[in-house]
Amino acid sequence: MNSIISDIRETARQLLADGKVDVVIGYEKGSLPLKATPCFVRSPQDADKLIWDETCENNLAAFATKTAGKKAIVAKGCDSRALVVLMQENQLVKDDLYVIGVSCQGVIDKKKIEAETGEILEAIIAEGKLSVKGIACDKEFNFIDVKDATCQTCRYPNPVIEDIHIGGSVEVPQQTVAFADVIEMENRTDSERQAYFQEQMKKCIRCYACRNACPMCYCSECFVDCNSPKWLTGGVDRAENLLFQAGRVLHLAGRCVDCGACSRACPQGVDIRALNRKLTKDVSEMYHHEAGISEEVKPALNVYSADDPEAFLVKE
Amino acid sequence: MIMAESQVNVSQPETNEFKPKIAAFLCNWCSYAGADLAGVGRIQYPASIRTIRVPCSGRINPLYVLKAMANGADGVLVSGCHPGDCHYISGNYVARRKFALIQSLLKHVGLEEGRVNFSWVSAAEGGRFAEVVKGVTERVTALGPNNGVFKVADGGGTDE
Ligand code: SF4
Ligand code: SF4
Ligand code: SF4
Repeated sequence: MNSIISDIRETARQLLADGKVDVVIGYEKGSLPLKATPCFVRSPQDADKLIWDETCENNLAAFATKTAGKKAIVAKGCDSRALVVLMQENQLVKDDLYVIGVSCQGVIDKKKIEAETGEILEAIIAEGKLSVKGIACDKEFNFIDVKDATCQTCRYPNPVIEDIHIGGSVEVPQQTVAFADVIEMENRTDSERQAYFQEQMKKCIRCYACRNACPMCYCSECFVDCNSPKWLTGGVDRAENLLFQAGRVLHLAGRCVDCGACSRACPQGVDIRALNRKLTKDVSEMYHHEAGISEEVKPALNVYSADDPEAFLVKE
Repeated sequence: MIMAESQVNVSQPETNEFKPKIAAFLCNWCSYAGADLAGVGRIQYPASIRTIRVPCSGRINPLYVLKAMANGADGVLVSGCHPGDCHYISGNYVARRKFALIQSLLKHVGLEEGRVNFSWVSAAEGGRFAEVVKGVTERVTALGPNNGVFKVADGGGTDE
């Protein structure tokens, strides 16, 4: 067991024993290999359930809003950014929150592994390497090769807010071109992009796992569940799936913290990220805003400036 | 209400010529009044738009635009007061940020430019309103019918 895990457990134990929090939200070992699962520790004895490794892929901020009482939360960089946005939006009260910050090396993209090994039966992570026993074959991977796409471009591996920091910090990887993935997509022709997104939307089964995994999708009634007006039918249709995704991504404009939890939650491998990242880039270019970086800065769509760009207007 | 009004299933006489149906979301204080002025002044413009009056361009939910496309509108026009002239002071400033993002996202997913249009028209610009409708109608006519990026094949199921 590494020292990060023992430090997280010790911190959780102390917080609960001292009555500083009612619950510690962290990760425990999941029932499937290479998948940690969120856990809610309510007594000091249970603190030993907590783990920390490259399989801790959920954004725990999504659970913070749904958990009553004073809570401590294990937060990596993106989780902490989500917490900042949630506080800005009055969904969380700072006094009820204790952030156990952990710097993040990135999480594993299971789908990349399963593409080669088939369903994963067993896996061991050690020293930046993974040995996987799969249904189709056994294989060794370097962690760097199976790191989630989001983590590869992550600029905030270190928590932006925290009450205590566990472990060391992670060096921010240097990026030559910001938003290279989005630029590549923008450079395609309209019909190529149309074909690409139609292909993606054909895969979507509208299970809403992406929405449920997202810390920013906390609405008590989501537009997809709304009966009057009924924005969506229950059916699955490529065009309607796009309406759902476009509606959702517009709701997340200037709020999405690029944690990738939605994409990882998707059972169908839909490239949700291509939509979110596009608007993240737009918001950063047009309104110079990055979500969840500072509690002082107002979210981009809550404010305006008299000279905001108007390139969207109809040409007369 | 809005849902019922944004249905654009108005029957048209049978001709081979493509006559687009354009859902026009107009703010009560400026663009709707501008349309009214065009009417009072007997200024001719194409009968392609189906007007949906909203209290302010800030009231426009991005879903209105998407839903109009889903229900088969060939084009959308969204129009409000010029920046600085909002009846509610800042509604259109807030809307402007949303509109820019909607437009950019629609292009990104492959909707042709010109299907969804945004403009500012004041209550005094009856003539300009007619010009805007003309321009938008020409552009949408050139694009042809709704290309189905958002059009739901069985959109009837949502007409409640
Ligand atoms: S998780 Fe994937 S399949 Fe499910 S609704 Fe979201 S995009 Fe569609
Ligand atoms: S949309 Fe996806 S990437 Fe953005 S905050 Fe939500 S879960 Fe994270
Ligand atoms: S998709 Fe939109 S309406 Fe639904 S939960 Fe997310 S933010 Fe709320």
